[in-house]
Amino acid sequence: MTALLTADRLVKRFGGLIATDNVSIDVADGEIHALIGPNGAGKTTLVGQLTGNLAPDSGTIRFAGRDVTHLPTHARVRLGLGRSFQITSVLREFSALDNVALALQAHDGHSFRFLADVRRDRARRAKAQAGLDAVGLGARATTPAAALSHGEQRQLEIAMAMAGEPKLLLLDEPMAGMGAEESQRMVETLRGLKSRCGMLLIEHDMDAVFALADRITVLVYGRALFCGTPDEIRRHPEVRQAYLGEDGA
Amino acid sequence: MIERLKQPRAIVTALLLVLLAVLPLLTQAFDQRYLLSVGTRIVIWSIAAVSLNMILGYGGLVSFGHAAFFGIGGYAVGILSAEGIQSGWIQWPVALAVSIAWATLVGALSLRTRGVYFIMITLAFAQLVYYLASGLEGYGGDDGLNISRSRFGIIDLRDKAQFYWLCFALLCGTLWFCGRLAHSRFGYVLRGAKSNELRMTALGFPVFQVRLVACIIAGAFGGLAGILLANEGAYVSPAMMSWVKSGDLIVIVVLGGIGVRFGPLYGAVVFFALEELLKPFLDLLHKGWGEYWQLAFGPLLVIVALYARGGMASLLRARE
Repeated sequence: MTALLTADRLVKRFGGLIATDNVSIDVADGEIHALIGPNGAGKTTLVGQLTGNLAPDSGTIRFAGRDVTHLPTHARVRLGLGRSFQITSVLREFSALDNVALALQAHDGHSFRFLADVRRDRARRAKAQAGLDAVGLGARATTPAAALSHGEQRQLEIAMAMAGEPKLLLLDEPMAGMGAEESQRMVETLRGLKSRCGMLLIEHDMDAVFALADRITVLVYGRALFCGTPDEIRRHPEVRQAYLGEDGA
Repeated sequence: MIERLKQPRAIVTALLLVLLAVLPLLTQAFDQRYLLSVGTRIVIWSIAAVSLNMILGYGGLVSFGHAAFFGIGGYAVGILSAEGIQSGWIQWPVALAVSIAWATLVGALSLRTRGVYFIMITLAFAQLVYYLASGLEGYGGDDGLNISRSRFGIIDLRDKAQFYWLCFALLCGTLWFCGRLAHSRFGYVLRGAKSNELRMTALGFPVFQVRLVACIIAGAFGGLAGILLANEGAYVSPAMMSWVKSGDLIVIVVLGGIGVRFGPLYGAVVFFALEELLKPFLDLLHKGWGEYWQLAFGPLLVIVALYARGGMASLLRARE
């Protein structure tokens, strides 16, 4: 497996606080790499550097064979670094299908066309429908996004992120606020998408993480404490103590 | 198509358009010339309201300065006319070009603001044009300017019926264009940005440019309405772009149904019909009350705002 994304010895300081302390992490093509850690471990700061919202103080980030350390967010998105948002952000007045169709349109450009009716654009509809099918929302195509359940809106989010055909998807707590059943559906969805791109999964739901991840990196106080397979993580005493707790896993 | 015609809204729209199409024949048959002039104003105001609906309804951009385009289109025609250039073939393109230039300037500056600030800055720009026109002593200043109607050769704008049909044809063109635009790729981005601007930006859409182009298109149609308004009365004055007129345009759009294709048309018909009907009705109750028709109109608007959120369009929707 070749590494799609490689972050090498990233450091980010906020004043006296070291939020990211010499963290190296990589994600291979077709791999789901989970990032776990207690609140305040620096997960969001690390993701911010990977997406380009934050500039690291030192270290390098390589993506798809290029040094992207100093590239802005939109340039990274164009290279194939997609993301879903921690807070659900869909177009509430638009149908599920139109949400995906718009994400597709953002990807292919051509927004200054004034007369052709997109409702008659079969290719566009078919592609958007395929995107919905891939996340299990195929039957909800005509439903306004606002009328979808929380879990379905998160699925829609994923479909929109996938519209850009990313090589790597950064998933920022995709299961946040979900019930057990909804989480299970999201796990199925992500597993189904695994063949199409690599994923970096930031998630608190340990059941989901252990069900999905090929490798897990544990982040504590800004440092990568350990990186290994789910089984290795379960057995690792320090990780159990630091993160999973006494009765962990 | 057949299914759509069964909806009350489609039936009312079709009837309304047919009625407007044959209005000159009706007013001639019943010898009601005044009604034709009311009809002409309804049609012209509808053009402006349709264009405002595009940015306000689809784009969520509440422009409180749209009447400025009445004035800019009108004064461009008026000033050229006063300078001896009577040809509509020159007047109209110049007027449209000035409207587009103004819309570009105002849009580029005001689209950097949001919400209430956008409302205030568009109002401020409109007031600027208003006072500019008031200060044009050479062209009548506050009193306005009598002009002769644009000359085209092929049609005679002095003929009330011909002029009406020209306006009606232009309204149909405006309705067609704005209707198509709403469901185009461009229209989806414009509406998407109203729904969730941050998400659209995050998706990588050039939201600012899309909104600017929408403002420019709306400005061009607004300018067209101004050109027609100047030709309708053969007169331009600063009053045609007072902030009250901008407010009236917003009222028409809201009254008709925000973001509904034919909403502005319903709104304009109801607005002018109420004006024309409330005056004689109040005068009938007590001589002199007609002047205060807006005292009755105001509460009606409040009722619409409270109980018919989607405007006239929502009243005409099929009950499910």
